Amino acid sequence: MARDVLSVGQINEYIRTRMDSDPNLTGLAIRGEISNYKVYPSGHHYFTLKDETAALKCVMFRGSATGLKFRPENGMKIVAMGRIAVFPRDGAYQLYCTGMIPDGVGDLYIAFEQLKKKLQEKGLFDPAYKKPLPKYPKCVCIITSEAGAAVHDMLRILRKRYPLTQVRLLPVRVQGVEAPGEIASAIRYANYYKLGDLLIVGRGGGSIEDLWAFNDEQVAMAIFQSQIPVISAVGHEPDVTISDFVADLRAATPSNGAELAVPDREALLQNLDAMQSSMQTCVIKSLASARRHLNTLADSNALKGPESAIIIRRNNLTHLLQRLFAAQERATNRGKTRFLSATAKLDALSPLKVLSRGYSITENGQGAVIHSVTQVKTGDKIRIRLEDGNVWAFVEEKENENG
Amino acid sequence: MAKKSFEENMIRLEQIVRTLEKGDVPLEESLKLFQEGTELVSSCGKLLDEAELTVKKIVPGTDGTPTEETLPYEQ
Repeated sequence: MARDVLSVGQINEYIRTRMDSDPNLTGLAIRGEISNYKVYPSGHHYFTLKDETAALKCVMFRGSATGLKFRPENGMKIVAMGRIAVFPRDGAYQLYCTGMIPDGVGDLYIAFEQLKKKLQEKGLFDPAYKKPLPKYPKCVCIITSEAGAAVHDMLRILRKRYPLTQVRLLPVRVQGVEAPGEIASAIRYANYYKLGDLLIVGRGGGSIEDLWAFNDEQVAMAIFQSQIPVISAVGHEPDVTISDFVADLRAATPSNGAELAVPDREALLQNLDAMQSSMQTCVIKSLASARRHLNTLADSNALKGPESAIIIRRNNLTHLLQRLFAAQERATNRGKTRFLSATAKLDALSPLKVLSRGYSITENGQGAVIHSVTQVKTGDKIRIRLEDGNVWAFVEEKENENG
Repeated sequence: MAKKSFEENMIRLEQIVRTLEKGDVPLEESLKLFQEGTELVSSCGKLLDEAELTVKKIVPGTDGTPTEETLPYEQ
C-alpha cells in the first residue's frame, strides 16, 4: 500500500509534535558527563552529555545559563534538568536544559530541598519564633570545632568589638557522621546548664558535604528548641543551610556571626560621649536659667551681706556646679582625651564661667544643704564649705527677702 | 553593693539622659542626675577600656556538669 510522499519538514514536524506530547520527555533529570562545551556569542550554551554507551545533544539558553551556580566544564559529571524535543531544522532531538547541578551533590540537593520543605511546613522557620538577641551579651557560648580557623576568627572579633563578654567554647565535630549528633547535644547541653545568653553555632567554609551537618534535622530541632537565642554562622556568604533558616539570626560567616553577636566598643564609646554632651547641654541650660532668675531677684532687692538667702542660694548653685566639674574631671582623668573637647565646650560658656568663680555651700548641722532661710533658726550652727575647707558659724540673724 | 553590670549601667544612663532631655526636673535634681550620669559614663567607658575577653572551654565532668578549662592558645 502506497503512502503519501512527505516532505522532510512534514515528517520532522510530525515527530516534533509526537515528542512534545510525550510526558516522559519533560521534567527530566539526566546524569552524564559534559563534553564539547561551547558558549556562543548569543549567550546560549551548547554541549553534549555522554556516558559509556551514549551521547545526547544539549542546549541551555542564555536565560537558564545565567542561573548556573557553577561553571560547567568538559569532563564534569552533572545532572541536567530539562525536556527533550526535536529541532526540526537539523532533524535532531536534544535536551533543552533548564538547570544543572554537579553530580553527587544532586542527591544532597534533593535531600536539602525536601528537609527544607518539611521543616518549613512544620513552621520551624516562622519569624514568630525568632527570639531577640541580647543587646549586651554577658556570655557568648560558641559551638564549633576547637581546631578550625572559624573559632579564631570569632574570638578575634569578639575581643576587638566587645571584650566585656565572656566566651565559652563548646567544642564539637562539625563534619562527619558524628557531627550532627554532637552539635545537637551541645546546643541542648548549653541550654540545660545555661552556659550563655547567646549561642553561636557554626563552622568555616567547605564543600556542601563538609557543611552537611548543618542541614541535619536533629540540629535544626535543637536550634528550634533552644531557649537561648541562636546565631547560625556556617560557611561562606553564599552557603545557605537549614540551620540558617531555623536560627534566630543567620550570619554569612563565622566572623559575621561574632559581629552580629555583640555591640561595637567604638560605637558604644561614641554613644557615651554623645550622652555626656547631651547631659551637659541640658544642665547648662538649667543653670543658665537659674542664674538669670537669681540675678533678677538680687537686682530687685536691697540685699546686702553674705548671709542673704540669695547669696546662699547662689553659692549653693556654685557649689553644685563645682561638684559637677569635679565629676567631669574624674571622667576626663580616665586618661582619654574624649572628654576634653566636651569640657572645653562647657567651659567656654561664659555664664558658667562667672558662676564657677565660686564661693561656698551652706549646710545645716546634719550636712543638709540649706536652700531657704526657713531652714535655719537664729542660733543654729551651720557649716560653710569652701573650696579648701569648712567654716563653722552660728546664725545671728535672718532676713527673708519676701518680707 | 554588688557591682552593676554594664547593661544595667547603660539602661540607667539612657534613662537619665531621657529625663534630663525632657527638661522638667528641678535644677538640683538635674545636677544630681548629671553627676550620676557622668559617673556612669565614666564607669561604662572604663569597663569598655579595661575589659579583657575571657575565653573558657567547657568540658562535661564525670557527672555531666560543665567544667571550665583554659584554651591552650588563650594562656
